[in-house]
Amino acid sequence: MTTKILDLPVVSYVLPGNRSCAGCGIGIALRQITAALEGRMVMTVPASCLTVLGGMFPIASVNVPWVNVAFPSTAAAASGIAAGLRATGRAEEMTVLAMAGDGGTGDIGIQALSGAAERNEDFIYLCYDNEAYMNTGTQRSGLTPAGARTTTTWSGKRENPKDLPRIMEAHGVPYVASTSAAFPADVYDKVAKARGITGLRYIHMNTPCPSGWGFDPKDTVRLGKLAVDTGLVVLYEVENGVFRLTGRSASLAKSGRPRVPVSEYLATQTRFRGMKPDVIEAVQAWVDERWARYVARDAGACD
Amino acid sequence: MSDQVSVMTGNEAAANAARLARVQVIAAYPITPQSPVVEQLAAWVESGELPAEFVAVESEHSAMTVCIGASTVGARTFTATSSNGLAYMTEQVWWAPGARLPIVMCVVNRAMAAPWNVLNDQQDSMSVRDAGWVQLFCRDNQEILDTTVQAYRIAERLHVPVMVCYDGFLLSHTMMPVAVPAPEQIDAFLPPFTEPFTVVDPGDPHNIGPVVMAEPRADETGATRGGYMEIRALHHRALLDALAVIPETDAEYASVVGRSWGGLTWEHLLDDAEVVLVAAGSLGTQLTVTAEQLRAEGVKAGVLGIRAYRPFPVEALRAKLAGRRLALVFDKALSYGYEGPICSDLRGAMLGADGAPAVFGAVCGLGGRDVSPEDLAEAARRALTDLDAGARTRETDWINLHLEG
Repeated sequence: MTTKILDLPVVSYVLPGNRSCAGCGIGIALRQITAALEGRMVMTVPASCLTVLGGMFPIASVNVPWVNVAFPSTAAAASGIAAGLRATGRAEEMTVLAMAGDGGTGDIGIQALSGAAERNEDFIYLCYDNEAYMNTGTQRSGLTPAGARTTTTWSGKRENPKDLPRIMEAHGVPYVASTSAAFPADVYDKVAKARGITGLRYIHMNTPCPSGWGFDPKDTVRLGKLAVDTGLVVLYEVENGVFRLTGRSASLAKSGRPRVPVSEYLATQTRFRGMKPDVIEAVQAWVDERWARYVARDAGACD
Repeated sequence: MSDQVSVMTGNEAAANAARLARVQVIAAYPITPQSPVVEQLAAWVESGELPAEFVAVESEHSAMTVCIGASTVGARTFTATSSNGLAYMTEQVWWAPGARLPIVMCVVNRAMAAPWNVLNDQQDSMSVRDAGWVQLFCRDNQEILDTTVQAYRIAERLHVPVMVCYDGFLLSHTMMPVAVPAPEQIDAFLPPFTEPFTVVDPGDPHNIGPVVMAEPRADETGATRGGYMEIRALHHRALLDALAVIPETDAEYASVVGRSWGGLTWEHLLDDAEVVLVAAGSLGTQLTVTAEQLRAEGVKAGVLGIRAYRPFPVEALRAKLAGRRLALVFDKALSYGYEGPICSDLRGAMLGADGAPAVFGAVCGLGGRDVSPEDLAEAARRALTDLDAGARTRETDWINLHLEG
């Protein structure tokens, strides 16, 4: 199923005037995520940018049930909500959606997520990956890319980010997808597909962050698309173990046209300012190697 | 319908209570000496005897989180843990009462590491006494069963979680005759949980547990709603309300099942006692033997047992201790650099009270160190000697400590 952007539902469960930053990728995507579930959902959210977006008591800015939980506990809370709904005969009434950032998912939350994935708990877990602890002031996470300056990597992070979707794949869950907030229709389609699957469904969403990455808020979508055009961010899904590229990444692979050099993408954001040529080269080599693997997997190669 | 009496461990008594309470979601992680509770429950869930969701989580942090999630959507939940497991879930031990969720957890009291020690003391649950749970201590296996059932009634009336504490190995792994009420009796006492504090309904969406500011704030209608302190004050009020609800619940239980445990405190030979031995848990049972021994020696001794440690039953303790010469508190825990927690709390409660006795503290049984009724009697004799010499306060007495060498 491929929905065209003009065909996306007009209904919005995310109210205007919420507290997300100007140009926040979460703000774009959350509209599609909630629309894809038609509001028949309960969200569980740890300490994150999302907490801020959701509003401060007694005002709420999102029109779906929303349960705030402690930082490491998102996937366990979703497990409990799902179990509680089953136990009280309400499981069919709503989809359980766990939604957390990259730190809340890949660092402090990975234990609970791994446990829930191994148990194949029945919920959608969506990680919005803005590549650092943005809500606390841009500290590095395990998913911050190499070269990025953060408030705990002043001269640029030395390590590549961990590949969280692959970690989730290794758990053998029925659905793993990678998407980007810059492609609302891709987000919508993947959440809509996940909705119809039982078990733990994991969606990883690259989410440009103007304040943390250092770019003009008007460029959120442009940069998100550029990241896909470089191959740094790859749109794909793995359904019951079968891998396929989707959307722009699929057409990029099919066309065989050259990807945009990562240096062009890195030059758009202040967080990469002053990155040394050898570091940029290393990132390019890392992206090339990964891209080749994705294309081979898409063509049916075992990985 | 009469009770079925079986010989069982404290852990089996707790599991039976959870079954009788018809818990709907159980989440737990293994730790000695708690594990047999959830092993039994897992077996009942698998056999279909207990229609519940059993979530075998990957940590205690997630065990409490699953209970939080399930309780938020209105399910009756149960978990159990000990020692380092309780410490590991501490963040969520605070979250559950803050979110006003009626979760019941058995804490099978065990010493805290380091160094490793799987045996009994009460340092684990004492360390989270301030988190906003009701904490009830049990003196034998029958009380474990009855208290765990009562805990659901208390929790669901007040919307606060209840911790049922009982001594590891001394009770958890010791067999005793336990009368198991018929399910119909417990159903009459404990109706299904139908009034969740929170509403999770897509047709009526709420943001549950959002950021709350320091100051009160207007809602969308312009009405002022409380800030963080107002929410905390209401939580505190619920704990204070438990001072009435705990005895009421015990009385209701007695009217249906025929057994009462005294509500906030319990006593033995207290009427004319001049020396009152105070403790929580199975140590109190031991002290009844000690008191009888002291009486045989001509000392008017009695026992005042702490059943409810939080809320702390200040008025009940003042009333019970007025006019006594000495309250000697035996703690199986310590606030390092100060003294035993029950001792501190009791001294604070007695301050300014009419006829308040001297309050002396003793620490014993840490990490399972054996303590006999005679050891406790000897401690009482030492305390009396100090009192007769004019002492009104005293350093904590360590029982059976062998630092020499």
